[in-house]
Amino acid sequence: MITVLYFARIREAVDLGEEQLVLDSSCSSVKLLKKTLAARGGAWEVTLSENQSVLVAVNQEMVGVDHKVVDGDEVAFFPPVTGG
Amino acid sequence: MMESNGLTDNNEVIVQEACFDSGQEVQRLQSQSSKIGAVVSFIGVMRDFNNGSDVESMTLEHYPAMTSKSLLAIVQKAKERWLLIGIKVIHRVGEFKPQDPIVFVAVTSEHRGDAFSACEFVMDYLKTQAPFWKKENLSSGSRWVDGRQSDREAAKRWDT
Repeated sequence: MITVLYFARIREAVDLGEEQLVLDSSCSSVKLLKKTLAARGGAWEVTLSENQSVLVAVNQEMVGVDHKVVDGDEVAFFPPVTGG
Repeated sequence: MMESNGLTDNNEVIVQEACFDSGQEVQRLQSQSSKIGAVVSFIGVMRDFNNGSDVESMTLEHYPAMTSKSLLAIVQKAKERWLLIGIKVIHRVGEFKPQDPIVFVAVTSEHRGDAFSACEFVMDYLKTQAPFWKKENLSSGSRWVDGRQSDREAAKRWDT
């Protein structure tokens, strides 16, 4: 299982803060996971499509889309940060 | 590292809802060592106007498990790069009104150059790396604040 978290604008758009997914070949990398989620259509497709700026963290560290996802990982999707 | 109510704190980095006393924080940092020759501090404050609209209040959301970790990584980078004696970062989350302080960064060093640069570096990195998101409440409704290109460029200049 992996845990997937959504924050800020993305969380509101997909109306979900957190979910657990079974790790399989459809989500073994950040790129694949993002594609799988976008395939849900609607707000998922709009928010997670490739031309949207979405940042990804795996186990609380920002990573690129080629990063591998392994069992037990916490993957978070969020928009560019705006703190400070 | 202590953890309570999903907020975390240690000596150098604190994420909290409560307001901070910047004078007290500076005083505490300044008294840490007799080698300190410079104290530089920065306070980020909420404005009542952004992108052409009056902003009545603001909500700041964060990713609790990642926030302190990313702030500590930024602090660590600054300590590797400059000769620093002490450093403190306090970032607030929750609800804000105009003029409320949001973030506090203070750095001490023997000479001012290190403290000036490190303070600016921490803020520039925090703006693009730490998982906080602002949502502004206007009289016409609420909107998420977009990441700024100028902030990304400010962080990039430290890459060389």
